Amino acid sequence: MKAALRLCLITAGLLTLWQLLVLLTRAPTYILPGPMPVAKALITHLPLLSKHLGTTLTEILIGLLLGTLLGTSSAIAMIVSPLLKRWMLPVLVISQAIPVFALAPVLVLWFGYGMASKIAMAVLIIFFPVTSSFYYGMQRTDPDLLELARIMGAKPLAVLRIIIIPSALPAFAAGVRVATAVAPIGAIVGEWVGSSAGLGFYMLHANARMQIDVMFAALTLLAAVSLLLYFLVDHLLDRLIYWQPQQGTTL
Amino acid sequence: MAPLTPLQAPAIVFDRVGLDFSGKPLFRDLSLRLEGGQSTCILGPSGCGKSTLLKLIAGSTALPYSGAIYLDTTPPGGQQVAWMGQNDLLLPWLTLLENVLLGARLRHELTETRRHRAVTLIHEAGLTWYEQALPNALSGGMRQRAALLRTLMEGRPVLLMDEPFSALDALTRFRLQNLAARLTKGATVILVTHDPLEALRLADRIIVLAGAPVQIAEILELGGGAPRDPGDPAVTSRYPHLLSLLMNGKTA
Repeated sequence: MKAALRLCLITAGLLTLWQLLVLLTRAPTYILPGPMPVAKALITHLPLLSKHLGTTLTEILIGLLLGTLLGTSSAIAMIVSPLLKRWMLPVLVISQAIPVFALAPVLVLWFGYGMASKIAMAVLIIFFPVTSSFYYGMQRTDPDLLELARIMGAKPLAVLRIIIIPSALPAFAAGVRVATAVAPIGAIVGEWVGSSAGLGFYMLHANARMQIDVMFAALTLLAAVSLLLYFLVDHLLDRLIYWQPQQGTTL
Repeated sequence: MAPLTPLQAPAIVFDRVGLDFSGKPLFRDLSLRLEGGQSTCILGPSGCGKSTLLKLIAGSTALPYSGAIYLDTTPPGGQQVAWMGQNDLLLPWLTLLENVLLGARLRHELTETRRHRAVTLIHEAGLTWYEQALPNALSGGMRQRAALLRTLMEGRPVLLMDEPFSALDALTRFRLQNLAARLTKGATVILVTHDPLEALRLADRIIVLAGAPVQIAEILELGGGAPRDPGDPAVTSRYPHLLSLLMNGKTA
């Protein structure tokens, strides 16, 4: 209850600041519309915005799912096979030297204007934080636990399943939280580069027609949905790491 | 409470064992025999190599030593030993029962018989109501009891205990020492401790280590009768001598 009240107060504070900025700068509505015109645009264009939001949300969710699956599989593969680790780890680090956004036009070229290129973009952004956090989390498993397992005569796969993976879940959760925060960026940037649907596309479309209030409405909707998604994932991760006192986001 | 009596508890033999640690000699030609089926306490100052001795018996591959170590006639490393350390090492994501059954789970040997045995042990250790509790919900004493049960569940003839009660309060430590002494009868128990009173209560034999490289400063034979009462003459008569042995300079 306290958290909900705090969230309402923060939202109200931000809206007030926004309105004050509009009043003090006397910016015209085609430069900076106030909260009221944006709310009005949001209501008026809600059916169309919802349709585009559906596209963007699908891209984000599929990207998040695939990126997380790919990241966890890669991290486990590197832990299981030292040979694979020696070859994969440098590639993983080098891949981060290339700005992922610079790849957006190439991805659109390869995967087309549909959802695939945006999902690929989200996957690329998510992959590194998930892989690195999970891999280093597994690597930091308490050596005393591993020694105990050795003395017990444990099977290697059982050690991985019962000791190493659960040990790394808090680190994995940290990676997924970062991934959830950045996944919408991947989808939106992909839509900006080339698409015919999605909130990113609709924002560009509105901007070109000087419908800045509509553009802000799309932006507000995207921020709200991203925030909601983050809290949902945060909640799910807290349940996954059920033995730890809740360490997720608090408002 | 029925003790778990493993069959053929082996003697442990160190034959001219040498080991360097961080470039300095820790053991040089250390020869030692720890009798099978007895409880031997190893006392000595911090850093003298007590825990390293246990790791060598456990077959740690990270410690390249010279000489030979035998468990009767076999080298260390087989499934003859069980380990209990100062930290309980309970997995926080498993319930108490699952933790007690950890070894069987890790070896894919979980059976209904083992589960029944674990439940019986938990009951005998007074933890019945906490069977499904996570370690976070348990007190330090309960956690260490669970760690002791996990060690006993292995049914190994050699039990290596590295200061298992040192982090507990006096009363809990006293109770757990009694429980351990009863449940480990018949096994070859090697208990590393800093506490002379604990050694005098639980040991059939006490080995005091000192020096660098470490040497055997003294061996005290106490015979059977553990756990002894703190007021037992076998304890009170030897305590001052043991304490002075640890304090009078025969240390590293």
